[in-house]
Amino acid sequence: MAIVGYLIRRLLTGLVVVWLVATLTFFLFFTRPVETVARNLAGHAATPQIINEVIANLGLNQPIMTQYWHFLNNLVHGNLGYSYYTGESVDTMLRQDLPPTISLVLGGMILWLIVGLSVGIISATRARSVFDRVSSVGVLVGLSMPAFVVGELLIGFVFQPLYSHGFHFFNTGYAGITSGPGPFFGHMILPWITLATIQAAVYTRLSRGQLLETLGEDYIRTARAKGLSERRVVFRHGVRAALTPVLSQLGVDLGQLLGGVVVVETVYGLGGIGQISVEAVFQDNLPVIIGFVILAAIFVVVANIVVDLLYAALDPRVRIT
Amino acid sequence: MATANDTDGDVLVRVENAVKYFPVKAGGFLRHTVGQVHAVDDVSLVIERGKTLGLVGETGSGKSTLARCVAGLIPVTSGKVYLNGTEITQLSRRAMRPLRREVQMIFQDPYSSLNPRRRVGAIIGDPFAIHKTATGAERKRMVQELMERVGLNPEHFNRFPAEFSGGQRQRIGVARALALRPKLIICDEPVSALDVSIQAQVLNLLSDLQAEYGLSYLFIAHDLEVVRHVSDKVAVMYLGRIGEAAPADSLYSQPRHPYTVALLSAAPAADPDAAAARQRIILTGDVPSPIDPPAGCRFHPRCPKAQEICGRVEPPLVTHDDLDVPKAGPPAGWQSADAAGPGVPGIPGGEAHVTACHFPVVSGETLASARTAAIAAEREPA
Amino acid sequence: MSVTELEFDAHLAEEGQASGGPVQGRTQWQLTWRRLRSDRVSMIALAVIVIMVLLAIFAPAIAGLTHHAVDTAYPVNGENEDGNPVGPGVNGFLLGTDSTGRDLLVRVLYGARISLFVGVVTTLIATVLGVAVGLIAGYFGGIIDTVLARFTDAVLAFPYIVLALALAVVFGPSLTIILVMITFFSWAGIARIVRGQTLSIKEKEYVEAARSLGAGPFRIMFFDILPNLLAPVLVIGTLYIPNAVVFESTLSYLGLGVQPPTPSWGNMLSDAQNFYQVAWWYLVFPAAALLITTLAFNLLGDGIRDAMDPRTEKLIAARRMRRRQTRRSANKGNKQAPSGLAVGGAATADTGTKG
Repeated sequence: MAIVGYLIRRLLTGLVVVWLVATLTFFLFFTRPVETVARNLAGHAATPQIINEVIANLGLNQPIMTQYWHFLNNLVHGNLGYSYYTGESVDTMLRQDLPPTISLVLGGMILWLIVGLSVGIISATRARSVFDRVSSVGVLVGLSMPAFVVGELLIGFVFQPLYSHGFHFFNTGYAGITSGPGPFFGHMILPWITLATIQAAVYTRLSRGQLLETLGEDYIRTARAKGLSERRVVFRHGVRAALTPVLSQLGVDLGQLLGGVVVVETVYGLGGIGQISVEAVFQDNLPVIIGFVILAAIFVVVANIVVDLLYAALDPRVRIT
Repeated sequence: MATANDTDGDVLVRVENAVKYFPVKAGGFLRHTVGQVHAVDDVSLVIERGKTLGLVGETGSGKSTLARCVAGLIPVTSGKVYLNGTEITQLSRRAMRPLRREVQMIFQDPYSSLNPRRRVGAIIGDPFAIHKTATGAERKRMVQELMERVGLNPEHFNRFPAEFSGGQRQRIGVARALALRPKLIICDEPVSALDVSIQAQVLNLLSDLQAEYGLSYLFIAHDLEVVRHVSDKVAVMYLGRIGEAAPADSLYSQPRHPYTVALLSAAPAADPDAAAARQRIILTGDVPSPIDPPAGCRFHPRCPKAQEICGRVEPPLVTHDDLDVPKAGPPAGWQSADAAGPGVPGIPGGEAHVTACHFPVVSGETLASARTAAIAAEREPA
Repeated sequence: MSVTELEFDAHLAEEGQASGGPVQGRTQWQLTWRRLRSDRVSMIALAVIVIMVLLAIFAPAIAGLTHHAVDTAYPVNGENEDGNPVGPGVNGFLLGTDSTGRDLLVRVLYGARISLFVGVVTTLIATVLGVAVGLIAGYFGGIIDTVLARFTDAVLAFPYIVLALALAVVFGPSLTIILVMITFFSWAGIARIVRGQTLSIKEKEYVEAARSLGAGPFRIMFFDILPNLLAPVLVIGTLYIPNAVVFESTLSYLGLGVQPPTPSWGNMLSDAQNFYQVAWWYLVFPAAALLITTLAFNLLGDGIRDAMDPRTEKLIAARRMRRRQTRRSANKGNKQAPSGLAVGGAATADTGTKG
């Protein structure tokens, strides 16, 4: 029962956070003079009449609080407004552009978790071996590579040469899973690797450090002395304890993930919500931006709650209070 | 500012009915109090000028908390503390500041009571800096004097605490406490973390300083032998209350409270024959939690002499001098006024030997036999 | 007794024996520097950083040497027949040219000025802010802590890209905006760590001792808590610099940072995307500069972290012993150095004597 209360409390706080975020973004955009916004949308060559038309159409000259009220009203009804640019419903846009982002995030996350954790665990169990040293170097390099650099390098030195030699498996742009596994992976593998590189490095280092520390504890010595096989010792006891900080890190990362997603989507032209919102920003397309921001905030809140629950499930010392 | 009517000009510190409860909180967002830790529960005592009051008790007895209340480091829940006639319990931090010069503390752990990142000279010089009493070369000179006085090499002024041994670090702590010539130094288990051979050195240093500067000490410890060595008066605490208090000789020669007797019996004796001849009283049960102390006398669940009234009525802290027939006349300092009738309340730290017990131990009584009798009584059909 | 004490004592026992009389205690900084010096990788990283900084400072001078200005296109020499950039070493362009025929070497160096400036300045300010907030929140606790900590968490949770985009569009991209933005997102991470450290340091007895002496909160924060914070703060600061550099180049890449024609590694790499096939150098050299810079700072940060940890003393001593051992066995030909002796030596150095 405590869990239900906890969940309710977290959801409520989450709602407050989302609302705050949306409001902040909303008002942030209103520091722009209305004419400039309209001009951006209508094009630089627009005549004053067209600009006024745009303003009237979009209701930009209404007092701020009226617009805000409309906005809130719509929000509560689940309506995120309409794109200034194309008039499309923002909901539709987001729904269309969500699949590439989700594919990217899920695939990338699975990849970096698998690579990061396994390399980390192996490095910890074979501390100071050749494998460990090599992977340490790899980790450092991985940590130092910004996502867009990895992306560009991959495109420039892997994708392009292969493509121009007739190897068409890899592709930029997006192909949904409905197009078949081949194209899907072909389009996604390079973006996944790009997204996962830095993250894998972080998780490798984190899991290695935590596992090393845990393996030095006395209770591990006891387990070994009891005669348990090394594998059991490492996995049953060591890894379990080492996982909790990994989970915290995951929580933090999921929140920041949308940033990384934006860059990767832009490099590979995936057309996900990240890329769309960057474009929207250049277009001063407020509804789309707000849609993205709200989605991002919701995502962060939900991810944090899930991580906290997992944390409590994993570490018996943590009680839901 | 209220002043106590101290007829006794020898009293430096007077504690009246001090109570300190710590709230136990539960709940996540809106935390509410679910209980109280009764750390100190109605304690009164005095500390006389130039004398040492030893405070003994197990972990959880509240002695450290009491010490910090006396030092003004934590506020009391109720009760009053008077320092040199001035009541300090209600003072603001600012008003308290000048009074801090009168009371200083020495801490238990020589390794964590000194900031590892500061040089020893700076640490000892801190009091001068805080109270702005000396600067520059003058300060350095005074710090080096202090170092010399406590037995450290003044040329080690610029060293870090890590470069000193445990005993030396404790001396640094003493030097720091001594800097402003306080009237009272509260020693919170100052030798518990040291090797036995070093303990003696530090204790001797403390007594030399007391003689030289007329210091008063509130000496907290759990080792009875150490306390006996340094104290003029001793008080024994149990679960936030004082169980027994007396001048040191009186306490050790005629302990009245069963708890004190048990403690003394457990202390290692140097003479193996005496040790063998001694009755070991083994207390049953664990120390109860201070959150929910037992009703009546707090010690009754573990006491071999406990009877029905002990679980109901809290015994008052009074003298029980009529119980003993002194073997060779009254001990020196025994005031005949205290011997007038039973049940005269006295304040721990004073001359009276007071005990909070319904059935104090008389000389010649052995608790082991008392326990057997009690068990036998239980087995008898009531 | 902690391992820390043993290590320090052992060390100083060795030192003390060498010189008598009044000894200046070694500060942790001196000890850290000694350890750092013996770490080859960190020293190389430090050298690289120093070189990079010098190159950045003297970029105008180098531009003068090559006779190519940073913003000037050289269509005659700098482009080949197809209008594409020329490669490294051609026509006096050491690293080749970029899409409009500008000297790539000069532009990369000027880009270094931006990146390093942004990296260092934002980290410095963020560190000061973060330490202040973390210290105050951690020390005072209560409502102050709740407010500050929640605020810090909110900043940390906020998807930075969104705000970065928004601000860039609202105020127009400029260096100042970037500085403000990066600082704003960096201080929170530092504040959180500092707060955690402060909370644990606050419970130490020497803080209680200071309070019992009558020290006020600011004195305690400055003299007692802060010195114990400096070590982790230094490590974090060094590791935040590459983050800031990456952040800046990412923003420039997206078009929200430094605008062309001012060169930033980010916007150069963005432009280079269109020229992979014809001008690999346009991609490789700015990327290499970026990677080398971030890698160097990361290595240095790691090195400093290890150097601050007194446990590495054992590793260094062991390493020294091993080196001496192999040297000895090499000198004596095939005779094996008595390993027992070497190990014994190390053991003695480790235990030391108590004064």
